[in-house]
Amino acid sequence: MLLKDLSYGGNDQRGGRVGSLCFVWQMLHESLFPSSEKMEDCLAKKMEITVSEAEKRTGRNAMNMQETYTAYLIETRAVESQNEGQCSPVDSLWRRYSEFELLRNYLLVTFPHIVVPPLPEKRADFVWHKLSADNMDPDFVERRRIGLENFLLRVASHPVLCQDKIFYSFLTQEGGWKEMVNETGFQLKADSRLKALNATFRVKNPDKRFTELKHYSDELQSVISHLLRVRARVADRLYGVYKVHGNYGRVFSEWSAIEKEMGDGLQSAGHHMDVYAASIDDILEEEEHYADQLKEYLFYAEALRAVCRKHELMQYDLEMAAQDLTSKKQQCEELATGTVRTFSLKGMTSKLFGQETPEQREAKIKVLEEQIQEGEEQLKSKNLEGRDFVKSAWADIERFKEQKNHDLKEALISYAVMQISMCKKGIQVWTNAKECFSKM
Amino acid sequence: MSCLQDTSLAEANSFSPSMPISPSSMINQYKFEDEPELKDLFVTVDDPESHITAIETFITYRVVTKTSRGEFDSCEYEVRRRYQDFLWLKSKLEEAHPTLIIPPLPEKFVMKGMVERFSDEFIETRRKALHKFLNRIADHPTLTFNEDFKIFLTAQAWELSSHKKQGPGLLSRMGQTVRAVASSVRGGVKNRPEMFAEMNEYMETFSHKINILDKIAHRIYKEEREYFNEMKEYGPIHTLWSASEEDIADSLKGVASCIDKCCKATEKRMAGLSENLLPIIHEYVLYSEILMGVLKRRDQIQSELDSKVDALANKKTDKDLFSEEIGKLEDKVECANNALKADWDRWKQNMQYDMRSAFTNVADNNLRYYEECLATWESFLASQTVDHHGEEDSEDRP
Repeated sequence: MLLKDLSYGGNDQRGGRVGSLCFVWQMLHESLFPSSEKMEDCLAKKMEITVSEAEKRTGRNAMNMQETYTAYLIETRAVESQNEGQCSPVDSLWRRYSEFELLRNYLLVTFPHIVVPPLPEKRADFVWHKLSADNMDPDFVERRRIGLENFLLRVASHPVLCQDKIFYSFLTQEGGWKEMVNETGFQLKADSRLKALNATFRVKNPDKRFTELKHYSDELQSVISHLLRVRARVADRLYGVYKVHGNYGRVFSEWSAIEKEMGDGLQSAGHHMDVYAASIDDILEEEEHYADQLKEYLFYAEALRAVCRKHELMQYDLEMAAQDLTSKKQQCEELATGTVRTFSLKGMTSKLFGQETPEQREAKIKVLEEQIQEGEEQLKSKNLEGRDFVKSAWADIERFKEQKNHDLKEALISYAVMQISMCKKGIQVWTNAKECFSKM
Repeated sequence: MSCLQDTSLAEANSFSPSMPISPSSMINQYKFEDEPELKDLFVTVDDPESHITAIETFITYRVVTKTSRGEFDSCEYEVRRRYQDFLWLKSKLEEAHPTLIIPPLPEKFVMKGMVERFSDEFIETRRKALHKFLNRIADHPTLTFNEDFKIFLTAQAWELSSHKKQGPGLLSRMGQTVRAVASSVRGGVKNRPEMFAEMNEYMETFSHKINILDKIAHRIYKEEREYFNEMKEYGPIHTLWSASEEDIADSLKGVASCIDKCCKATEKRMAGLSENLLPIIHEYVLYSEILMGVLKRRDQIQSELDSKVDALANKKTDKDLFSEEIGKLEDKVECANNALKADWDRWKQNMQYDMRSAFTNVADNNLRYYEECLATWESFLASQTVDHHGEEDSEDRP
């Protein structure tokens, strides 16, 4: 039952759905692992969120150098009950990409067991030649605007993330938000070890499910990036085929000038070739949205991987703590019984230079016993933490899987629809051209 | 004659498996605009064979002729000819009919592209062009009755060799060329009739445009091939992906299959282009050169007359001798002009027909391509929508 409640339909990720709930805003949820997570409580249902505009700005950065950046307008409006008439007022504020990044980093640290929705890419990647790789390019900015809106809607639709106060403030509080985030001290929590990409923790008893999941996320990343690369090349080539046909128009026109009977047919055929050549621009622009959908999951794969890594780290910490406890216990026992089971330099030196006094030994044992006590409590809480993490992480992973399957299937269907549309346009143009040719 | 009742005559072009039967080439085969019912000469070129001697390696082609004409001793002939022989035939025809439009031969070498001289692709392209060449002659109201043409079709190898040696020598042929070049250097003819001035203007523009079209057509082929190459890699990635997925594996495999089918369809489209449009446009590129040459030869014949007329005006003696010569030249000019005019009209009609069918064929190819792709994606979409409804039903189950 719990799983079903967490299932994420994804149908309403764009724009809000008018629900029958009145506006009730649940305030800050302290616990990391809320006990009830229902779709109905999602922010997306109560609030319409859009990133409606993008604007070029100039300002001074941290080093007092002039810089140009793009600011995005976030508009929010409470969704009223179905009694129409009243349109609630629109609140708005401007945010730049770096603030979105800050928000996401905060969410990553605060909710380590959640697959956090990704941001649109920082720089244009997988571009085919016609598209600019320039961050200031209007098409790129436009696609980024859509991507940022999508990000906000994903977070607002997530049963856990949407309840976060910092997120809500991001949407509604213009000034002082950055300070608010920094005050949470999340940067301290961020484990720098996670940032070391090449770090491998040798976990003795890895959780099989997480290992498999990590493997899957690697495969997903690899296959989607390969697909995007080839798609970009195919788009390039398709562009070439269409545009070259545009050359017919001019030469047909010039040729028709010297022909009496053939002239009309040639001229009108040329026109259709021009139409054909021009049609590719819209076709490929639409396909770019499909590529963006795939890109989102390319980045989602990374988020998935991050959860696995955090689990790995937790497991590693646990094993280290257990190991440490075991060795302390052993030390204690050795001291108490006077037997040396394992070689230790201390043991050797004490043999060489004489044993300690009974008082010294007692003191040591007492210290160790305290440490062992502490260690056992810590281990207990770590174990608990670990189990809770696994439980919640796995719940979110199941939610993510359903979302992913739904979204990717939709994306593939939309790709098919695009291809069908392209074919129909092609049939239209060539039917017209054929008619003109037959009149030559 | 019994040969006409022979059913294989109707399939004269289809008995050889190496012969591509495209509708337009068939129609060109059988088209005989003046009197369609009386086509009585069928020629095919096929079966290229390599011959290796101590001195050289060359290719011969089989030339098969089926005819009901009385001038031919038999109704069926089979001979082997090499490219040199075709060149000989062409130059004999040009000699005999300087102001008729002799069809083009494929070039000796292919300058652009890295097509190796004896590659299969090169040989096949050449074979088709040679086949076209002989058929165009066979369909020509005058050229079809040319004696050298008959010998070309019927003589055995040794017979042809000895006949070749009988013709006007190399030097006299060179002399003609020199005169032709000289007269063209002199520039246009001053008394060129308006009709031929118009022809010249037309040919200049036509030549320019057809060359551009040739480039465009080749460019399109190149782009389509590059697209095809990329598409080949695109489908399999989806199959690879489906291996790591469960729920969406079928959808991914479906997309992979669609892309692969579209890939094959694009290959067919490319093949259509290279079999039809490209050879036709190329033929007309060569035709435009030939036509410029024909117009120059006509000019040259006329300038012979003009210079004699000028000489007569200046000399004022031996008028009788001159006037007889001038009379002959005037006849010559009139013949040449009439021949050219008739052939020009015929050529224009053919050109119109050829262009119309070639471009219509291109449109058909593209329509077929898009229709195939459309069907593929539509059936994929239908399969997905069915699954979709299936999924929605299962959601109700606990």
